[in-house]
Amino acid sequence: MSRLKWVVLSLAVLLVLLLLLAPGVLAHVDPVATSDAHLEGPSGSHLFGTDLLGRDVYSRTVYGARPVLVASFLGVLLASAAGVAIGVLGGVAPRWINAVVMRLVDVFLALPVLLIALILIATAGSGVRSIVLAIGIAFTPGFARVVESSVRRLRKAEYVEAARVFGSTTLRTSWRHLLPNLLTEVVVLGSSAIGWGILTATTLSFLGLGVRLPAPDWGSDLAAGATNLADAWWLSTFPGLAIMATILLANFSGDHLMRVLDPRAGIRFGRSFRRLAIRLSRHGGDIAHESA
Amino acid sequence: MLLFVVRRLGAAIPVVIGITLIAFVLVHVVPGDPAKVILYGANASPEQIATLRQQLGLDDPLWRQYADFAVNLVHGNLGTSFLTQTPVSHELLSRAPSTLILTATSMLVAVLVGVPLGLVAGMRPGSVLDTVARWISFAGVAVPYFFLALLLVLLFSVKLHLLSAIDDGTAKSLVLPAVSLGWGYAAILTRLVRGRVIDELRSDYVKSARARGSGELRVLLRQVLRNSSVPAVTTIGLQFGNILTGAAITEVIFGRAGLGSFLATSITSKNIPVVQGAVVVIGIAYVVINLGVDLIVGAIDPRTRQEAAA
Repeated sequence: MSRLKWVVLSLAVLLVLLLLLAPGVLAHVDPVATSDAHLEGPSGSHLFGTDLLGRDVYSRTVYGARPVLVASFLGVLLASAAGVAIGVLGGVAPRWINAVVMRLVDVFLALPVLLIALILIATAGSGVRSIVLAIGIAFTPGFARVVESSVRRLRKAEYVEAARVFGSTTLRTSWRHLLPNLLTEVVVLGSSAIGWGILTATTLSFLGLGVRLPAPDWGSDLAAGATNLADAWWLSTFPGLAIMATILLANFSGDHLMRVLDPRAGIRFGRSFRRLAIRLSRHGGDIAHESA
Repeated sequence: MLLFVVRRLGAAIPVVIGITLIAFVLVHVVPGDPAKVILYGANASPEQIATLRQQLGLDDPLWRQYADFAVNLVHGNLGTSFLTQTPVSHELLSRAPSTLILTATSMLVAVLVGVPLGLVAGMRPGSVLDTVARWISFAGVAVPYFFLALLLVLLFSVKLHLLSAIDDGTAKSLVLPAVSLGWGYAAILTRLVRGRVIDELRSDYVKSARARGSGELRVLLRQVLRNSSVPAVTTIGLQFGNILTGAAITEVIFGRAGLGSFLATSITSKNIPVVQGAVVVIGIAYVVINLGVDLIVGAIDPRTRQEAAA
């Protein structure tokens, strides 16, 4: 890891924190305030130009980060928590419970992520909260699959066997021995799922299922700009570039985290991880481990 | 091989049942009475609603409703659209070809771009070509297809006037949607094939083929490409469902009349039978394709059969 990479990574993390917690530091103009400057191209006064209603696109791009980041972070967090709970349950429970739980997980794995998300939004209504829930539920089976197979592997480990021999209950063994050992794996998996989370969140808001207008959001702003594509390229381009940069950053830090935390991850996760990587990635994802 | 096929089929059945259960439950978790939704525009009296509830079987016990639903499903009956009062199966069938063609074309783009690019990159790791291929795939993974679609439209139809952005039924109007959707998957395949080719070129059988005096091209085609294509087939097959849903969204962008735009409007208008039907159709299509991929790979590569049995 070179020093340059560290600098870039820290700056990027700082930027994400600012976008999330204090977007006002980066943009001074109100993102929903309209003006008479309709569809003006990028200039000194409007860095990214203005939209049909004369709103500042730079400001909207800065403020539009929050719903995307919140939805993808919380969604993935929810999915990891639920996935660990289901995976551990499936891993330590008697055979028949395991069979029932994991078959259920398979059913959800058999449906495309976006379809699950759409079904959920069809029932729960649109909004950022629904997107969090949709990502949470749609990503859970992937986490559960990987965790379950790791739990089964860990249960055969000597220290777990030893704990059992000394009379440790299943609950205690799960809490003291299994969970701590799963942590690295889940963190790595979660960080590489963030990129897909961002993609899913922006796809859903692109379809108009996210924030309520006129609130700024990368996905819905990108979609709104599409109608003026011919005469105002900047409307869709800047939110699009922002999405792209965020996904790149997420994948890059995910890769990095994996190398730091667990150099053998690619080998240990083996088949199930690769399958997950393939399934979770709606659009791509990180198959770097494949070539590693 | 027979055992393998039986085992795979056995694993698919509960999944299909599960999909129908999810679709069935959908009607009952959506807030609001379906009967009221149907009669919404008609200013319905309570009696009308009660009659319709009875017709729809909404007052029957849940298990009975599911049984009816399942029996209808087996007969290809997916219910009636709330809005148009036409059978859902007809509506889905008339729109499915457009979506399936886009899905297939995108997969083709992914394979035609991804496999050769990965092969070339993997043959000479570290070369200029490899670096270019890696950048392309790196960018391909990160660009959302709906953004790529807009950029392509901006470049090829707004600026250059080369290709149409609007569906006019010709193959030419399929190019932009298929490329924007297929590109990301091409990126995945490039990375996958590249890694495989590097491994294969170091393998013992490639060495021995070379030692026997096989030409480089022959080695590449017979050993390397063949062995690298197995994971490529698996990957693209497993991605079918995702490409299908991606196709649905690409349709919305390009204004193509397919399953996707239909599903999207049905979700916003709470046309539940249509959503239900689409879930069942897409879900089952996904299971069938996955099964097909598993069986094909099992036939090509005997090792996977053993792995599945273990």
